[in-house]
Amino acid sequence: MDLLQNLALGFETTLTLTNLIYAFMGCLLGTLVGVLPGLGPTATIAMLLPSIYALDATPALIMLAGIYYGSQYGGSTTAILINVPGEAASVVTALDGYQMARQGRAGPALAVSALGSFFAGCVGTIIIAAFAPPLTELAFKFGPAEYFSLMVLGLIGAVVLASGSLIKAVAMIILGLLLGQINTDVISGVPRFSFDVPELSDGINFVVIAMGLFGFGEIIANLGQPAEQREVFTKDVKGLWPSKEDFKESAPAVLRGTVLGSLLGVLPGGGSLLASFASYTLEKKLSPTPEKFGKGAIQGVAGPESANNAGAQTSFIPMLTLGIPPNAVMALMVGAMTIKGIQPGPQVMSSNPELFWGLITSMWIGNLMLVILNLPLIGIWIRLLTVPYRFLFPAILLFCCIGLYTLNNNNFDVYLSVLFGLLGYVFYKLKCEPAPLLLGFILGPMMEENLRRALLLSRGNWGDFVTRPLSATLLGMAVLMLVIMALPNLRRKREEAFQDAE
Amino acid sequence: MKIKSQRDFVAGLAFIVVGLAFAWGATNYSFGSSARPGPGYFPFGLGIILAIIGAVITFEALTIETEDGEPIGDIAWRPLLIILGAVGVFGFLLPRAGMVISIPVLITMASAAAGRIRWLDVVILSVVLTLGSYMAFVRGLDLVIPVWPSFLQ
Repeated sequence: MDLLQNLALGFETTLTLTNLIYAFMGCLLGTLVGVLPGLGPTATIAMLLPSIYALDATPALIMLAGIYYGSQYGGSTTAILINVPGEAASVVTALDGYQMARQGRAGPALAVSALGSFFAGCVGTIIIAAFAPPLTELAFKFGPAEYFSLMVLGLIGAVVLASGSLIKAVAMIILGLLLGQINTDVISGVPRFSFDVPELSDGINFVVIAMGLFGFGEIIANLGQPAEQREVFTKDVKGLWPSKEDFKESAPAVLRGTVLGSLLGVLPGGGSLLASFASYTLEKKLSPTPEKFGKGAIQGVAGPESANNAGAQTSFIPMLTLGIPPNAVMALMVGAMTIKGIQPGPQVMSSNPELFWGLITSMWIGNLMLVILNLPLIGIWIRLLTVPYRFLFPAILLFCCIGLYTLNNNNFDVYLSVLFGLLGYVFYKLKCEPAPLLLGFILGPMMEENLRRALLLSRGNWGDFVTRPLSATLLGMAVLMLVIMALPNLRRKREEAFQDAE
Repeated sequence: MKIKSQRDFVAGLAFIVVGLAFAWGATNYSFGSSARPGPGYFPFGLGIILAIIGAVITFEALTIETEDGEPIGDIAWRPLLIILGAVGVFGFLLPRAGMVISIPVLITMASAAAGRIRWLDVVILSVVLTLGSYMAFVRGLDLVIPVWPSFLQ
């Protein structure tokens, strides 16, 4: 069977000593940065990009992938222990996980989250191995019009990243697309919006925006709070293992979360984040005791955690098959592939099979390592968190600054990040969420190129986007998603209007 | 007319201004036609769309009732200016004075943003982070970062 042969090739690649070491390093680093609030996987991978020049492509990507799913594990740890989600997808975990911790059940919460994630990760890996090749076939049918429509779908999916106002999220996406226009036009070679600054004509580095908006913005916002609200609070974790009842309650939630996560992860833009939100909603709907949610329901930890990990896994599919990054971390992985001289896209599977299958099997190995790493080391992660914030934030600031400087060995990027730090604080004050902006920024140049190529091919006929079946389907899904998201919004506003009338 | 949401009102106006600025800037580049879109085509369209969305947000901020008027609230000037200043100073100092000077300066300034400076903390943190950065980034990852001031080399 092809699949088995391919997996065998993968394991052959993964199980070499070097690759195992890099996978382990990636998982360890990932868990560490997932635990540290303010230092996400994006910033870490960005900081490490320069250092992978020295590595071969396969170990480099294996390590980066390890950081990615390691941070998914680590993020849940802080979410449960101190109500600080280490990264965006564990926001949901914090809802019930932290309540469990307050009831002295941090152990079961952490264990269920680790085991659920492991199960979901295994399933996700098998799904990638089984479905990546047929999806790659599909990818060859993609023309510029289809790519454009897919990106529209991805960006609409990014709206889900924002918990606040729908229309402001759309505005932030477009702002991101516009910031992506500061570059040299790929087709005509004209530098745009660069104000004759040579550094700007290459485009703004994604890391500069990410660190400015998220890193600096968050530090400033935190310091703006009164000192007593800043301190991170810790508690002893007693008892690691969940009871039989816990297992019985969480097993179906894990299963449902895995299915949901695997499906949603494939969608560009939404990925694991969308999956964890959806799973929480589903579990609450299905539960006979929905009133327990938000007060320490174990299903509320098990479901979203599995969904988030399965989604993180299957979000590799669009990256590996289409070369389209579904989220910021994947965008950096694409960048890393380009650094190593590999053009991401459907041809990777045939041109670099050992890289492709090695990466997939390394995910499974990585997940195994993470469970082994996480269960006993939980105690150490907690100790790291007892570091007071007044020590933590200068260190985070320093790591960001050094990362920025080493992007181009140039202080221009450091200066530019000051501007984005200011912007980040403005967004924070105006309740405009920066995550959609970032995705718009990443997809902007690609979207423009495909739009213009599609229009060239169709001789300026916009109708092509809706008459080509694949493209029309994708656009239809985008519209559907927008409608679904807008509906509760509309309803709420109408209710408000009715109340006013009374 | 009374502003119903201060935050959205300001955000909407900002989106209008930025959108129009990008659209106006895009007129400097050839627009092309739909069949042969030029470098100005995409940014012009996006700028106009952003301005329209901004107008909708502004309109909603003036019409849709909110509970507390969604005020922008106090601005944390001290951390804002000091943190961003610290990053700027670090960027200026690093290539000139190296890690041994720029890291302690960054730590000291950052600590000032949190309130009263505790000098013992600052000294300990500076020593630990300078040494740690040197070991991790220069020795470990082999990054090219100036360690000593340029006049010493």
